Amino acid sequence: MFDLFKIAIRNLLRYRRRTLLTVSLVSIGVVSVLVFISISGSFKNMMIGQITDSFLGHLQIHKKGYVSSIDSLPLTLNLSPKALEKVEKAINEIPDVEAYSKRIKFGGMFSNFVETTNVRLNGVNPEDEVKTVPLLLSRIKEGAKTIRTGEVLVPELLAKGMKVKVGDTVVVIATNSNGSVNGKQFRVGGILESATGPGGRDGYIHIDDAAEILRMDTMAISEIAIRLKNFDKVHEVFDRLKGQLANELNKQGKPAFEVHTWEKLSPFYNIARMIDLMTFFVKLMLMAIVLISIMNVMVMAVYERIREIGTIAAIGTLPGKILAMFLIEGLSLGIFGAAVGTVLGVATISIVSMAKLTFDFGRQKGLLLSPSINIQDILLISMMVITVSVMASLQPAYKASRMNPIDALRHV
Amino acid sequence: MSLITAHDLSKTYLKGETKVEALKGLSFEIEPASFVSFVGPSGSGKTTLLNLIGCLDKPTSGVLRVDDTDVSSLNTRPAAAFRGRKIGFIFQDFNLIPVLTVYENVGYPLLMVQNTPSRERKKRILSLLEAVGMAEKKNKYPDQISGGQKQRVAVARALVTNPKLVLADEPTANLDHKTAYMVIDIMKKMKNELGTTFIFSTHDQKIVGEAETIYTLEDGELAGREVNNV
Repeated sequence: MFDLFKIAIRNLLRYRRRTLLTVSLVSIGVVSVLVFISISGSFKNMMIGQITDSFLGHLQIHKKGYVSSIDSLPLTLNLSPKALEKVEKAINEIPDVEAYSKRIKFGGMFSNFVETTNVRLNGVNPEDEVKTVPLLLSRIKEGAKTIRTGEVLVPELLAKGMKVKVGDTVVVIATNSNGSVNGKQFRVGGILESATGPGGRDGYIHIDDAAEILRMDTMAISEIAIRLKNFDKVHEVFDRLKGQLANELNKQGKPAFEVHTWEKLSPFYNIARMIDLMTFFVKLMLMAIVLISIMNVMVMAVYERIREIGTIAAIGTLPGKILAMFLIEGLSLGIFGAAVGTVLGVATISIVSMAKLTFDFGRQKGLLLSPSINIQDILLISMMVITVSVMASLQPAYKASRMNPIDALRHV
Repeated sequence: MSLITAHDLSKTYLKGETKVEALKGLSFEIEPASFVSFVGPSGSGKTTLLNLIGCLDKPTSGVLRVDDTDVSSLNTRPAAAFRGRKIGFIFQDFNLIPVLTVYENVGYPLLMVQNTPSRERKKRILSLLEAVGMAEKKNKYPDQISGGQKQRVAVARALVTNPKLVLADEPTANLDHKTAYMVIDIMKKMKNELGTTFIFSTHDQKIVGEAETIYTLEDGELAGREVNNV
């Protein structure tokens, strides 16, 4: 095998310029794909991180039917204490859960005594919420980095529109599940930066204040957001939670709860899928480049060496060995292209990473682009390039191996 | 027992729509360790006959046995294996592999055809390079040596597997007279030392005289057989 590689490499070096051009073409393709994967991947992961760590959590549990009516934040679909107990029991049995936060979500009126507008609010326990969505505090642009009773975190756009600032007094008015209207005065505790996605423009108050406004005798929770120790286990935990809660049925005999991953709750998931699709097509283009360039070179290599093929066939080289010789030549081109491309690609990614480029997404400004590539992606791209190189050599190599020695020796 | 037996050997092929009878009912026998030449003008069937003996082609009819094997019925793979084991080839244009050194060219059949172990391979290559006077050039590439030297390397390559038979199609056609005689001398020397049968085709009358047995071909038929006491 070593000798076959030696002969293949010498044959490649025989046509230096052509080999160099082919290896360069394959390398440029590999560099482009690696850089694209790293940048799009880092953008995707960062956005997912922003969304899940700012407000969504990795998973959410609601009463059945809540998510389909989430725009109206129905208080009638909150979890009763008994239901909550069952859900918490299921969550606590899963060691992969890092934290969870119970939320009372409701819509109300927000008044600065001059103007009134509508607002969506989350009543949360600050400690649990921060453990579940750790980026929440970093979104507080002004004011104390906490949620205290009697205080409201006002979304940035609302604060701007209503011209309220930290320390101002405002009133929140809401209707509870029985139709009773209640209001409560709050001090603006902080201004909250918007985040991309649903819930990214909601305000926050303490859970006790939410219960007070809504005149809840017992705490009725709208949703439970869950954070996992390892994000990659989101589907595993989802399946487990779904399985554990599947036996809890409502009066209609249907499941009483619904579990959703972030993917079902955020429209960014569709963007993430689009990025994945684009990545797939970029890989496909790379494969096409490799296939065409290697096949072209190998067809030329066979054509130019017909007499040589005739000679080695005449002196007894078996067709399989002739096939292997040309396949190894294609394989070597693929290996060189993948290796050079990987080295250059990793170097390019490092340079882009060191350049600390920033970008804007929605209302989020100055997001830092930190491209990185993992070893699995590098191995996958390299293996794809090498496999396609061998496949591209297959037809010319087969043709060489089946050549009639007499015809080949007569070739001028 | 004869090394080669041909009986009523014919070869017909189509050239466009015309049927060409390249060989017409040839019968002959060639003994082991002989030095045989097939002579005749261009188109007389010399190369076709060598191709049949070398298992590169199949006869249309007749029987052809080489080293007690009916080679007329061998398919591609068995024919290649047979050539690798029993037959050495010397070509008019030398046909050395340009990316291999002299040493590697001679060793190619041992490495790629017979899978001979490294130590044995080295011994046989060096001994043959010594015998053809090319040991000093063993690290040169084909484009760094002369035509005569290339053909000496080709002789060594043909003999390295210890074949029973070496076929040489116009081996001296691209060489000047002095070099041609030198190559023929080497072939004869190797035939005497190793007991290999050499069959070569030529239309060079001076070289023909070096053969022990001379077969003359005319229009695909055997026109004569002459035994030379050389």
